[in-house]
Amino acid sequence: MKEIKVLGSGCTKCEKTAELIQKIAAEVQAEVNIQKETDPEVIMNYAVMRTPAVVIDEQVVHSGSIPETNKVRQWLEG
Amino acid sequence: MLSTFSEFATWLIYSILGFDPESKLGSALHFFIEDTTKIFFLLIVMIYLIAILRASLNVEAVRDFLSGKHRALGYVMGSTFGAITPFCSCSSIPVFLGFTSAGIPIGITMAFLLTSPLINEVAVLLLISLVGWKVTLIYVLVGMAVGIICGMFLDMIHAEKWLQPFALKAFQNAGSVNSVSSKERAALSLKERHQFAKQELADIFSRVWKWVIIGVGLGSALHGFVPEAWFEAHLSQGQWWTVPVAVLAAIPLYSNATGVIPVMESLIIKGLPLGTTMAFCMSTVAASFPEFVLLKQVMRWKLLAVVFVTLLISFTVVGWVLNLIPTT
Repeated sequence: MKEIKVLGSGCTKCEKTAELIQKIAAEVQAEVNIQKETDPEVIMNYAVMRTPAVVIDEQVVHSGSIPETNKVRQWLEG
Repeated sequence: MLSTFSEFATWLIYSILGFDPESKLGSALHFFIEDTTKIFFLLIVMIYLIAILRASLNVEAVRDFLSGKHRALGYVMGSTFGAITPFCSCSSIPVFLGFTSAGIPIGITMAFLLTSPLINEVAVLLLISLVGWKVTLIYVLVGMAVGIICGMFLDMIHAEKWLQPFALKAFQNAGSVNSVSSKERAALSLKERHQFAKQELADIFSRVWKWVIIGVGLGSALHGFVPEAWFEAHLSQGQWWTVPVAVLAAIPLYSNATGVIPVMESLIIKGLPLGTTMAFCMSTVAASFPEFVLLKQVMRWKLLAVVFVTLLISFTVVGWVLNLIPTT
């Protein structure tokens, strides 16, 4: 089970990022728990300055845009 | 080369659609077609080219550069980077906190954040093509000066004491936590730069196109329907009170820099004094309630109010000073 957090202020890009991960997780049948994190203090503690950002098991793996589909697949399969 | 767009508009509006060049509607439509086609063309070409050039510049790099810089230099650099580093306004909170938790003084951070919406490369290129390099230079200098002065003022009054408690703590503990610096980035290949530029183009264009339409729409309405005599009678003397009125009138209006530039062009053509025009346009771009309310997450009301009022006063003073300088 992967703990995934999407960091962002709740803008559309963040929503889309969460949806994308959810969709691909279903596709590759990965077990994930996706949370959206909008608290600026939490985002700061991950040292993220560009949102949306993606955190998997407490590691920031992406920041600043909606991630590419291939990248998401790699995270979930790896 | 840019006269092509004027010729195209003349051909479309007067020859094909048969509007009378002397009529208000015809003149407004001509302005609208000329400016939208020209601006969209410039946007596409310029965003792409500039994105290729600055593909490796991002907020992380700016933060690393600004932390530990001497104060005086810090304000100028903060404001300069604000002008050349683009970021989505939905990122201003994380950027603010990232800078603050790296120990960058709030004044330098605010110089960055306040200059950012006012000046960007797209706005500068549009200004050059629509109103000439002189006004552009003044616009850039004024925008940076406002950022620098507001920043210095905020540090002078120790504005950090009015941050939200968690942000203040992060500022005071800077260096002990969160010292992850941006990773060393390998030089980008041309292909990566192209990829970045393509994304950037799609991203920026999808955000600004509607502002351009609205801005040009307003500009053309002004151009076609508000007679110059009205401006001459009411606003062209640069009476002192017109500047603060223009600044206040712009608060409920909101546009980004790209959308406000056609309005600026139109106002200048109509003979509105430069200072009043600048004050109005900059206030439209920078003093907007929705953006300020976002900052509430990191600032207490008192600080928000101080920043907002400082900004309004700076625009007013700038407007007065520019109105005193003869511009011909």
